[in-house]
Amino acid sequence: MDEREARASLKDLGERLAKARGEHAPKLAMRGAAPTSSALAFGLRIGLELVVAVVVSVAIGWAIDGWLGTKPLAMVVMFFLGVAAGMWNVYRAVAGMGSKVGARGGIAGAAGDDEDED
Amino acid sequence: MALELHPLEQFVIKPIVPLHIGKLDISFTNSALLMTIAVLLATAVVVIGTRREELVPSRIQSLGELAYEFIGNMIDETVGTDGQRYFPFVFTLFMFILFGNVLGLIPFGYTFTGQLIVTFAMAAVVFVGVTLIGIWRHGWRFLSFFVPHGVPIVLLLLLVPIELLSYLIRPFTLSIRLFANMLAGHTMLAIFGGFAASIGILGLLPLGLDVLIFFLELLVAVLQAYVFTILTCLYLNDAINLH
Repeated sequence: MDEREARASLKDLGERLAKARGEHAPKLAMRGAAPTSSALAFGLRIGLELVVAVVVSVAIGWAIDGWLGTKPLAMVVMFFLGVAAGMWNVYRAVAGMGSKVGARGGIAGAAGDDEDED
Repeated sequence: MALELHPLEQFVIKPIVPLHIGKLDISFTNSALLMTIAVLLATAVVVIGTRREELVPSRIQSLGELAYEFIGNMIDETVGTDGQRYFPFVFTLFMFILFGNVLGLIPFGYTFTGQLIVTFAMAAVVFVGVTLIGIWRHGWRFLSFFVPHGVPIVLLLLLVPIELLSYLIRPFTLSIRLFANMLAGHTMLAIFGGFAASIGILGLLPLGLDVLIFFLELLVAVLQAYVFTILTCLYLNDAINLH
């Protein structure tokens, strides 16, 4: 294959690729690049969210109690706040609202699958 | 039956070159050795991969290009083109964790991502960095991040602390997720390996299982590097594109 022929064939390939991409673009964008591994990654992420939220908040509450001598008030308050924050994080991740309540529209729409993950 | 099982022994840090400055122990350890190897290998992939750019890439070139495009697209999709200026950091983070995770699967090696302090240090850098970027870009307006839209003021008293808390928790979930996955996987491998060694001919069963778990761990190693990186991107997105 001489060079001109190779170039023509490459050009042809490029055109076919562009056409195929155009046909599949909406579907691909909807499902994300790697649907299976994304789903698995998503599942692995979610489980931890709630537990860590509670543990960290109770630890913070315990430290506050230590400083202010308000045992066990801060710890109890922080426990409930931690449960709420953990559930809130999980809910946001599952509902695909992005990692912030107000985050919506533009990027969230364009990012598709990836944005769902937090 | 005396089973000699020490599944956690693989995580012990052993000094290779003892170094002490005063009371400070800065010995070169097995953990440091693997980190160095990870950095060198990751650098080699990128440097050697781009040395001779060919139309039909060699294996190492396509590996480098694949990783580069993967991270580039990830930032584009989650943060937008604005985030590309942080590409070097995100790419470095991804390669470091990826090589650390996968190198750890080599027998008699060491998994430095199975140390909480290592993953927490990385997560803390991400957390502090992202927060600073947010403050630098938006100034005081960054604090509005913790105030949900369209909520009665009475509810804000409850919601703002919750938002603040869920923000502060990020470095912990980020680091514990990677650490726990690595720790659990490698411990499981070691336990089944111990069974295989101690129960004779029946040991073929746990040995076979170990092989399967190994492939699962390979998947987890890559997946957790991906998860750590994409969460970094999402946090970056929050700081850059304040709602």
